[in-house]
Amino acid sequence: MSAQRDLLRFITCGSVDDGKSTLIGRLLHECGLIFDDTLAALSRDSRRHGTTGADIDFALLLDGLEAERQQGITIDVAYRYFATPRRSFIVADTPGHEQYTRNMATGASTASLAIILIDASKGLLPQSKRHSLICALLGIRQIVLAVNKMDLIGFDATRYTAIVDAYRDFAAKLDFTDITAIPLSARMGDNVTSASGNMRWYQGPSLLQHLEEVDVLSDEAAKPFRFPVQWVNRPDANFRGYAGTVVSGHIKTGQKIRVASSGGHVQVQRIVTADGDLLEANAGQAVTLTLADEIDIARGDMLVAPEAPPEIADQFAADILWLGAEPMLPGRDYLLRIAQDWTQARVTSLRHGIDVNTGNHVAARTLQINDLGLCHLATLKPIAFDKYSENQATGAFILVDRFTHETVAAGMIRHALRRASNIQRADFTIGRTARAERNGQRPLLLWFTGLSGSGKSTIADLVEQALFAAGRHCYSLDGDNLRHGLCRDLGFTAADRVENIRRAGEVAKLMMDAGLIVLASFISPFRADRQMLRELVGAEDFLEIHVDASLETCIARDPKGLYAKAKAGLIPNFTGISSPYEAPAQPDIHLKTDEFTAAHCAEQVLHMLRAKGIAC
Amino acid sequence: MPVKQRLTPHLARLEAEAIGILREGAAAFRRPVLLYSIGKDSGVLLHLAMKAFFPGKPPFPLLHIDTTWKFKEMIRFRDSIAQQLGLELLVHTNQEGLARGINPIASGSALHTQVMKTEALRQALDKYGFDAAFGGARRDEEKSRAKERIFSFRGAGHVWDPRAQRPELWSLFNTRLHQGESMRIFPLSNWTEYDVWDYIAAEDIPVVPLYFAAPRPVVRRAGTWIMLDDERLPLNPGEVTETKMVRFRTLGCYPLSGAVESTATNLAEIIAEMRAARSSERQGRLIDSDAEASMERKKREGYF
Repeated sequence: MSAQRDLLRFITCGSVDDGKSTLIGRLLHECGLIFDDTLAALSRDSRRHGTTGADIDFALLLDGLEAERQQGITIDVAYRYFATPRRSFIVADTPGHEQYTRNMATGASTASLAIILIDASKGLLPQSKRHSLICALLGIRQIVLAVNKMDLIGFDATRYTAIVDAYRDFAAKLDFTDITAIPLSARMGDNVTSASGNMRWYQGPSLLQHLEEVDVLSDEAAKPFRFPVQWVNRPDANFRGYAGTVVSGHIKTGQKIRVASSGGHVQVQRIVTADGDLLEANAGQAVTLTLADEIDIARGDMLVAPEAPPEIADQFAADILWLGAEPMLPGRDYLLRIAQDWTQARVTSLRHGIDVNTGNHVAARTLQINDLGLCHLATLKPIAFDKYSENQATGAFILVDRFTHETVAAGMIRHALRRASNIQRADFTIGRTARAERNGQRPLLLWFTGLSGSGKSTIADLVEQALFAAGRHCYSLDGDNLRHGLCRDLGFTAADRVENIRRAGEVAKLMMDAGLIVLASFISPFRADRQMLRELVGAEDFLEIHVDASLETCIARDPKGLYAKAKAGLIPNFTGISSPYEAPAQPDIHLKTDEFTAAHCAEQVLHMLRAKGIAC
Repeated sequence: MPVKQRLTPHLARLEAEAIGILREGAAAFRRPVLLYSIGKDSGVLLHLAMKAFFPGKPPFPLLHIDTTWKFKEMIRFRDSIAQQLGLELLVHTNQEGLARGINPIASGSALHTQVMKTEALRQALDKYGFDAAFGGARRDEEKSRAKERIFSFRGAGHVWDPRAQRPELWSLFNTRLHQGESMRIFPLSNWTEYDVWDYIAAEDIPVVPLYFAAPRPVVRRAGTWIMLDDERLPLNPGEVTETKMVRFRTLGCYPLSGAVESTATNLAEIIAEMRAARSSERQGRLIDSDAEASMERKKREGYF
């Protein structure tokens, strides 16, 4: 009888150059899992395609497809299986190149731990950041930072520590619960399965020891009960059961459950399996439920805990990883699969792209293969779901092309969008032009951007006073003021900042439609968002005004005492201190408040307005 | 009445996953079939199918591609299992190939496999209009299998394009097909040879007696033992028939299936022997060593 073993599914992230396949080959070899005939075939292959001379090239063990062996790259996900007396392992070996982001995401979707491989001789490269971001996005919380090729840097502890520190700095913003760093040499076997004699300064576990011991107990059982109905089992008139797998939580006979879509409640009568009825079924078990009442339930419905139901909505926001060769098109219909349910879905808008190398938001109109973005989607019928961060099994979906049937996207739901489902634009007779004519002025958006304390509001106030005095109709939108009301629900994360600016832009646009000159003072640190504004209101009616003071000046002024707090670590994501400010490359007006007075700067703006035909 | 937990958490997890995949295949496709090759993996697959649809029967028939060169014991075993379980068993042989005289001895393993297995399978799938076929292949068997999907898409003509595989994230299988396309489904993808035997032992699943060691008439050929299952296998000059205590790790056409010397006569001994083994199970298969990447080539042509 074999020992009680649980399973660890992990993914290795790195490129061929980092020695990724070599590491897995070494693990399998050292665990005695490469058989003699496999080894013989490997040694044959090594002479033909290998890159290690007379040595056995372990990479060839994993790069299974002919094309990969010829090109020396890994273009698909390979799954490898091994077990030690303490644990079974499934390794997803995935490609590291940027053009194979989708393959990495595929491997990461079923893994609970990631090994991020770094070549010690090269240090932390953008690709390791990319791999980490994808792992974080897919919900992996456990990281092993495998600093490989230590032999090439003479097993130097100082250089190792510098790499680990740099990684921890970078990874602090990602949602990892544990980062374990291990110095190793996959080629030589140091710290792979046993402690290395070459690195006595390292006191931690070997890689295998860590993999055997790491605690990845999933908490699926502790989550609310979710049971997507996979198959209605009706062998004869006397039996009607709902077959499926409990994806989270647990269920007992006699308990009430709720049908997510219809909201109906019903009692569980039996939990049927071929090995006899059960009194209770837990997450991970494939069972068949019979219910106390006849109720209309079909494949795709979800049976759920009545006290903690999932969201039911036909509009939601989701992170999308585009997998298809054809780019994503907002407005086009795709097939959507979530849990056991299929429906039709449309990307209603792409909010922003995400740079896979940095995690920064970027302006985007479409997603190409391997691109990431935050999208709003609308489905043909309401679907039941949870946030991906709370429940992967009910928060993940795929999009399938309706015509080619290719899997074109992987999606992770962030939250429901509570909007009426069928919004159409109403047309009114009085338009923007008529209102502008009545007001005798051209509507404009004056967008003041700059660090906190640079003088945005002060200058905007002076400009507005002058405009008002000249009989112009205008209004000032201020970042701080909006955050007391309209944007009260938003924080200062990058995502919230994007949304904050989007709302401010939409409000400004409405005011321009009403014929007003709008003065908006927002830090608005991201270039992409200001570009979005320019496109939203039209470039000809948008003036980007960079209120430019050095960080030192702003810190010295610190009118609201915020820099002091931020430097004390009391305000996370504070622009200039712990969050970047991307200065405009070519602002319409550049105000240097280090050098000039607020009044002088206001006059600069008014001068430009007069040039644009605004009487003031 | 609650049942006692017999399976290790690891096997229980693999079992639940496979049952989920079997149900998915049954629910998503118009006309699925279970490819039954009589071996231990097929036996596990069939056992899981019986569990997945309990208290009903699996809503699909079994299909066996008979090359006419299977061990006699396999055929007997096949017929008795199908009868015991009360399942529909379809047997298909490539009659054209038979008429052309294709056989593993004269034609060589490559051509024989191509005509009598690969082409025969395509014929059968087309003949009955199956749009999905379950198979017992595992990713740990061979390198190109390691990259195959659980739901493996086949284009028109049953071809497998390794570069056009559908990404498979989470358990969200893309089961959409056009007319003429089909799916191969591998519920045992994540199982290893150890898992299969452990599960057979835990669940007491019947297997063909050829897996257990017994004195059998064999001849030494190509570094392995080939069993003389009937009179069709001619001896080469210098070859002599011996009786050896042997067993098989995998079963196929008898002239292509190498036996290993063994004294393992029960499951516990097989498992113990396997854990001490130094060669993979496919080592006994003569068809894999034809050419590098031979399995990938065969699969592209429609081999299972």
